[in-house]
Amino acid sequence: MKILVCIKQVPDMESRFKPNGSGVWFEETDLAFRMNEYDEYAVEQAVRLKEQLGDAHEVTVLSIGPDRVVEAIKKALAMGCDRGVHVQDPAASLKDPWQIAAIIAAYARDKGFDLIFTGMQSQDRGSAQVGVTVAEDLGLPCTTTLVGFAYDNGTITAKRELEGGVKGVVRVKTPALVTCQLGLNVPRYPTLPNIMKAKKKEIEAIPVGDLLREEARTATASFHPPAKKGGGIVLEGEVGALVDQLVGILKDKTAVLR
Amino acid sequence: MKALLIGEYREGKLLDTTYELCGFAAQLGGESAMLLVGSEGQLPDYGGTLYLADAAACGEYNPDLHKKLILETVARENPDYVVFVHSSYGWDLAPRVAAALKAAQVSEIVALADGGFEVGCCNAKMRRTVKPATSKAVLTIQAGAFPVTRPGGTPRVERLAAEGSGTLEFVGYEPAEAKGVDLTRAEVIVSAGRGVGKKENVPVIAALAKALGGELGASRPVVDAGWVDHSHQVGTTGQTVSPKLYVACGISGAIQHLAGMKKSDFIVAINKDKDAPIGEVADVLVVADVLQFAPALTARLAK
Ligand SMILES: Cc1cc2nc3c(=O)[nH]c(=O)nc-3n(C[C@H](O)[C@H](O)[C@H](O)COP(=O)(O)OP(=O)(O)OC[C@H]3O[C@@H](n4cnc5c(N)ncnc54)[C@H](O)[C@@H]3O)c2cc1C
Ligand SMILES: Nc1ncnc2c1ncn2[C@@H]1O[C@H](COP(=O)(O)O)[C@@H](O)[C@H]1O
Repeated sequence: MKILVCIKQVPDMESRFKPNGSGVWFEETDLAFRMNEYDEYAVEQAVRLKEQLGDAHEVTVLSIGPDRVVEAIKKALAMGCDRGVHVQDPAASLKDPWQIAAIIAAYARDKGFDLIFTGMQSQDRGSAQVGVTVAEDLGLPCTTTLVGFAYDNGTITAKRELEGGVKGVVRVKTPALVTCQLGLNVPRYPTLPNIMKAKKKEIEAIPVGDLLREEARTATASFHPPAKKGGGIVLEGEVGALVDQLVGILKDKTAVLR
Repeated sequence: MKALLIGEYREGKLLDTTYELCGFAAQLGGESAMLLVGSEGQLPDYGGTLYLADAAACGEYNPDLHKKLILETVARENPDYVVFVHSSYGWDLAPRVAAALKAAQVSEIVALADGGFEVGCCNAKMRRTVKPATSKAVLTIQAGAFPVTRPGGTPRVERLAAEGSGTLEFVGYEPAEAKGVDLTRAEVIVSAGRGVGKKENVPVIAALAKALGGELGASRPVVDAGWVDHSHQVGTTGQTVSPKLYVACGISGAIQHLAGMKKSDFIVAINKDKDAPIGEVADVLVVADVLQFAPALTARLAK
């Protein structure tokens, strides 16, 4: 079985974001990058499937972006993926989800992947489009928002997470694409020996120009902070003083403390 | 301008989020029509044209078939926008329709903007203004961002028949786990988020909950990591609560968490990041390390 996992590298969400020169995305300097949280679940599930099936099966991990995304690919390799593909695109952040999907589809088209895993959404862009769009482009059946995954003899039994904690159980035959939700599994931490082993794994570099033929279907006009609403009080300072202030406010404004 | 609204129906019921689509359409102005894979017995309060397919025949989750029905309706109505709620139904179906129409898709719209749409990004910390570059566009709106609007009236029903099966087999629903703790009755909830750092620190938050006479709540990552049981989770996939006091400890304020607690009477957030989106709903944002602040507050309350 041939498995593909698509991962995006995103900034740490605790960072402070400000617009860059283009005005339509964030300034990257000073940001720490890591693997999109949803994609960690995708990598883990792909590796578990390989472990279930045996060593003859292969997991490829692909990421589109500037050189820094190689770090995310290396992490996925250390988690157990077999080979990496870096689609080199310094301007990936300016591509829309349709173009990102088109790049992935162009790469995957003739490779005969039996199963493609993506995250359900990226934390920075959060469009929840790329996975399903890749599937449509390749004509693969697809289901989304997985919190449960089982594979047996060409059939996937997936649990989709719906609102309010209800789940929908779906069966689909490979080849297929699935998108992974938080909590699908417990992603492993790469161990030191596996990090060392990963250094020997191949990472193929492909210039984005070799894969992308599509124009963007959306344009971003601006990137900005939300208009501040609500006049909440912000308390800053030394902990003891903060405690006093908060207790005062709670006594004043709520019936909880007297 | 014309919008085709895609209503939502699940487990035999028309979902109220359908009326958020009407709220969005009202802001957009112009005409609308609706498509629903639902049932004759539960028609929406909507006076326009309703394209109705029978969920009993088509299946509630059968994206291949639902896509076909939508494309058929698009051919008849020629709308500028096809609008979904950004929900497990909408985010699953919208890209399929966009791909078939070769149309732009704009996801998780929170507001209309000059010539385009405002969408959240960077975990709700930032916004982008996005404009479709194609003549038709597929849109998904963030749940809760637009008012629930019941236009009233009886729809003019156009029945759609669907044929064929699809590539997915829907096996059935699994109910939400039984709630061990009923947070909806609690007057005070103190919730632990990822910012508490590790499982060993959860008792610090639980102690504060106890000191305030309340229950322990949690954000999703804390539950996914097994630090706190799922029955304590607050949010779209957990419980929806509205206590007298909600204290969010080390919680960033993602939309799915806010959906579960923003109706609380009084909200206190303890976060070391002054820009955390939780600040948008908090009555008081305490900028502090929760591991220092929470024990200090607990100690003070014990006096
Ligand atoms: C379909 C779907 C459904 C979801 N359902 C839910 C749901 O029901 N409930 C839910 O909660 N989430 C849900 N989520 C996940 C949600 O999107 C967020 O990922 C999640 O709410 C983030 O949890 P958090 O705020 O605890 O963690 P983070 O976003 O990681 O935030 C941690 C916060 O802690 C702060 N912090 C860190 N250290 C400290 C410290 N020492 N002192 C003080 N502050 C500190 C940081 O500044 C940050 O703001 C859902 C997601 C999806 C896609
Ligand atoms: N630059 C990228 N490189 C590889 N995969 C990506 C990239 N961007 C998005 N994806 C995949 O598509 C999923 C959904 O992303 P999005 O549509 O941006 O929310 C992510 O979880 C990834 O699996």
